[in-house]
Amino acid sequence: MSSLLSVRDLRVDYETPAGPARAVSGVSFDLARGEFLAIVGESGCGKSTMLFAIAQLLTYPASQVGGTVTFEGVDLTTLRPEELRQHRWRDFSVVMQSAMNALNPTMSIGAQLADVCRAHTDWDAARITQRCAEVLAMVSIDPAHLKSYPFQLSGGMRQRAMIAMALLLEPKLVIMDEPTSALDVVAQRSLMRQVQALREQLGFSVLFVTHDMSVVSHFSDRLAVMYAGEVVEMGSTRAVFDDPQHPYSHGLMDAFPSLLGAPRVLTGIAGNPPSLVNPPGGCLFAARCAQVMDVCRSVHPELLEEDGRTVRCHLFHPVAS
Amino acid sequence: MSETILGVAGLSRFFRVGGFRSRGILHATDDVSFKVGAGEIVALVGESGSGKSTIARVLAGLYPPTAGSITFEGQSVGRHSSRRVRGRMPMVFQDPFGSINPVLRVGHSLERSLKLHRSELNAAARYEEAIALVERVGLTPGAEVLRRFPHELSGGQRQRLGFAQALASRPSLILADEPVSMLDVSIRIGLLNVMKDLRDREGVSLLYITHDLASARYVADRMIVLYAGRIVEEGLTEEVISSPQHPYTRLLMSTAPDPRLPLSDDASLTDLGEPPKVINPGPGCRFAPRCPLAMDQCRASTPTAVALSPTQRVACYAVTP
Repeated sequence: MSSLLSVRDLRVDYETPAGPARAVSGVSFDLARGEFLAIVGESGCGKSTMLFAIAQLLTYPASQVGGTVTFEGVDLTTLRPEELRQHRWRDFSVVMQSAMNALNPTMSIGAQLADVCRAHTDWDAARITQRCAEVLAMVSIDPAHLKSYPFQLSGGMRQRAMIAMALLLEPKLVIMDEPTSALDVVAQRSLMRQVQALREQLGFSVLFVTHDMSVVSHFSDRLAVMYAGEVVEMGSTRAVFDDPQHPYSHGLMDAFPSLLGAPRVLTGIAGNPPSLVNPPGGCLFAARCAQVMDVCRSVHPELLEEDGRTVRCHLFHPVAS
Repeated sequence: MSETILGVAGLSRFFRVGGFRSRGILHATDDVSFKVGAGEIVALVGESGSGKSTIARVLAGLYPPTAGSITFEGQSVGRHSSRRVRGRMPMVFQDPFGSINPVLRVGHSLERSLKLHRSELNAAARYEEAIALVERVGLTPGAEVLRRFPHELSGGQRQRLGFAQALASRPSLILADEPVSMLDVSIRIGLLNVMKDLRDREGVSLLYITHDLASARYVADRMIVLYAGRIVEEGLTEEVISSPQHPYTRLLMSTAPDPRLPLSDDASLTDLGEPPKVINPGPGCRFAPRCPLAMDQCRASTPTAVALSPTQRVACYAVTP
């Protein structure tokens, strides 16, 4: 598998009255063709900001202050808006968090799908209509709904319509920002199933952001855990779930109740994330960590690798090979 | 079960929907009966459109019931509940960002509740009580929290404040309408622990409304599963979780995301999680169109609840006691 997207040392700051807040600091990863990478973390950990930076959609007060985003050998950060337009939707598309707000309430679904085609292709009207009906059918929506308005669809259908819209021009990468968070469990599971089936059929890569790692547990190939703007752990989904190395991943894993086994008391992760304007020296998680040591408060841990797993923690000692 | 605090019998709430050519009656809640005992957490579980929030709103006096009776603390609650009833049975809302007045300090809102519902307290006692209330839900130091504005609090802290506000009137039952669904997974567990703590230390009963079966299992003593406005199954939490009988409960169980389980070959392959529409419903079980076990009988008449044990009841023709 060759690399489709390559992110190196990505940094994003938000301008605040107190100075720049480092929302994303030094994130690097590669995404292979057809791969599903999930990014999990709490609100405010910078996961959505990072997606926006990758799609080059940041607006004031956020700005990219460093790093590169290379898509098929082209550094997106150096492109002019006109050149970016050539890549958007054809090469990568974005599914926004809340389909309720991302769809235009005054336009029919069909008109909104056609709008994308007109903006990004030179197809004629017949081909546009045909393609719009095709993508709706792909996500199990009756093409009769081309004439429907968003308010006539259920939450799950609207979210699926958003995915249909993202797939219009068969992009190689679909970026999804918490597409399941407003859905019920049954609709959530069904949406994930559908994304998986479409990915197998069309072969696109997925970059998927969520705060609920149980949602992606069965669907993603790799998992990256973000905390306070940094990746603290990354590895194959199964490995991270079965044997989380970073205390924060451990905490996230332990934060949701289960239907299995004897009932037990959970504690979650106490405390709040650190300030991003004046981040503490040392490990950013130190103040909330149950296994904190003296070194954690003074030395910022590096991201170390072992067997395809990277962890940013002083407790992690990879065997030198 | 201990002494009954709330008794609901045959509760229905219908809404008129549609315009002049497509007038219909939406059966949001249809002939629902249940009881809540003292010091008990009862979970109302169901997806969007199951009528669970409608029940809470009718109980809170926000809508009058179309039919049925509500008995609270031994007295019948009429069309317009009194301030006494609202104080003894307050509600915590889903959206922590929309349910707190943003221009008033936390202390002001809280002391306002105390002034209305605890008129025997003087100003100094109210302040002391307000501090005690916020500290009881884990917001410390209390005096400092009272001086803050809502925007200075995180979503989880706001929701804790919602519970503090509900506690101000010394309730016997708190209606909690999806109090954690808008929060991050890692913060939810803390709030669920607050709910358990209120039951154990204050003896408050809670009606916990949710679509998440796993969190219902974590906090609730008993569980009531709703589908399309009707109760399909109820029982002690562990009873329902260990042997779910209704096909809908089983669907909910199989779609609950759990990384500890292998991906089951579940119904979400075909079931899109479309919420039921109950406008001018015909006879028969409302789950029949989605049910893998549906028989002719299911489409002809509505199944009545049968007792499987002294505590577990199921409304399904396919289940024989």
